[in-house]
Amino acid sequence: MAGAKRKASTKTAKSSGGPVTVFVGTRKGLWCLTSDKLRRAWRLSGPVMLGCVVHHVRPDPRDKKTVLMASRTGHLGPTIFRSTDKGRTWKEATKPPAFPKVPAGETGWVVDHTFWLTPGHASEPGVWWAGTSPQGLFRSADGGTTWEGVPGFNENPMREKWFGGLKDQTPDGGKMHSILIDPRDKQHMYLGMSGGGVFESLDYGATWRPLNKGCAALFQPDPDPEYGHDPHDVKLHPLQPDRLYQQNHCGIYKMDRPTARWERIGTQMPKQVGDIGFPIVLHPRDPDTVWVVPMDGNAVWPRTSPQGRPAVFMTRNAGKSWKRQDAGLPRSQAWWTVKRQAMSSDTRDPVGLYFGTTSGEVWASRDEGARWAAIARHLPHIYSITVAQF
Amino acid sequence: MRVFLSTHFQSYTSGKGAVEGRGTTVAEVLADLERQFPGLRFRAIDEQDHLRRHVKLYVNLTSIEDLATPLNASDELHLLGALSGG
Repeated sequence: MAGAKRKASTKTAKSSGGPVTVFVGTRKGLWCLTSDKLRRAWRLSGPVMLGCVVHHVRPDPRDKKTVLMASRTGHLGPTIFRSTDKGRTWKEATKPPAFPKVPAGETGWVVDHTFWLTPGHASEPGVWWAGTSPQGLFRSADGGTTWEGVPGFNENPMREKWFGGLKDQTPDGGKMHSILIDPRDKQHMYLGMSGGGVFESLDYGATWRPLNKGCAALFQPDPDPEYGHDPHDVKLHPLQPDRLYQQNHCGIYKMDRPTARWERIGTQMPKQVGDIGFPIVLHPRDPDTVWVVPMDGNAVWPRTSPQGRPAVFMTRNAGKSWKRQDAGLPRSQAWWTVKRQAMSSDTRDPVGLYFGTTSGEVWASRDEGARWAAIARHLPHIYSITVAQF
Repeated sequence: MRVFLSTHFQSYTSGKGAVEGRGTTVAEVLADLERQFPGLRFRAIDEQDHLRRHVKLYVNLTSIEDLATPLNASDELHLLGALSGG
């Protein structure tokens, strides 16, 4: 619980080897990359659900065989597919996330798509959480087969004020994302909303409070508002759960609980690059090591690689300094974007990093970002990159 | 009643483009289809009982949006994914 010193009860084990599986969710289906033990050779398989938008794919670290996929097509409504054999076969949820039906004459909310999936606490096998567009929080207690809204969020009278209602949404719809469960306490949760900000619950989602102080929201007149921010990706370190990071629309931030104020740690990024981006990835064993992928947030926000020269940036001291990591990446004229779910890591030593681009390439590093190589090309626009080691 | 389905929905009907549905209104036929092909209805109709943005329903040659529209046994229902995308 925030405000109290607690000892981490979990360990992120260093995996000794074995193949790595990278699930690649795209605008037009799911692909899968599987490595050899050395992570040198990769085999691409798929597509699964060709033509369907795959917003997020999450393997279950608890049973090491279940995988959930949030999907829709351009024409059809949103749903969730579930695999219990490591992604080989899929079965649709019988009751996907949906808002309650309202009486005739009233305007009710409609889930456009499920944007985010999070496996529940280790003590609750079968529990999953989902964030939707527009912003809604849903829970499954049966491994993702049926979903119910979380009243503490979805029926909260402040909900629309927090994210500004439908008129204030990002171009392809507001997003709930970054649903984080404290590994020490299943009651303690965080979530992010684009827009809306970061919120915290101490009672399993029954009540929520904003957690945005110190974080800029340059698109608002108030220099330090309570909510309405645009976190792009929020992470909690599994070994030091009081350490939070976020890649925000307005910079890179860190928070060490029990403080409740974000500290901007992107100010030491090169000025010509800036500290705007979508994903932020944490080292599984070192809470001070973080990777980001900057994008161009100047003028009209093209959100492409700054100057067309993509690079990952790494800090090993929680943002006091940053190192450019672009060996192997294109040197010029590469104008891609890496979306917020489209970067992930494995738990090997050294850590493997993986990101997917809007131009359909998957890039991998098996030495913590020192060198990069493309392991897949010519895929559709990539939305999600997640790693399984089972 | 004969119900024709565009390819978008045929993963639910084992590839069949035409199936039989029972009911005296569009809503009843859709409920019967859901019983036969679980999951199909929610892909076409949202939680507020509205047709999704790129889905169209025709009774014979007439486009309809009201799920309470009455049906005769001789009617044909067409559930279609609209032209869009890229």
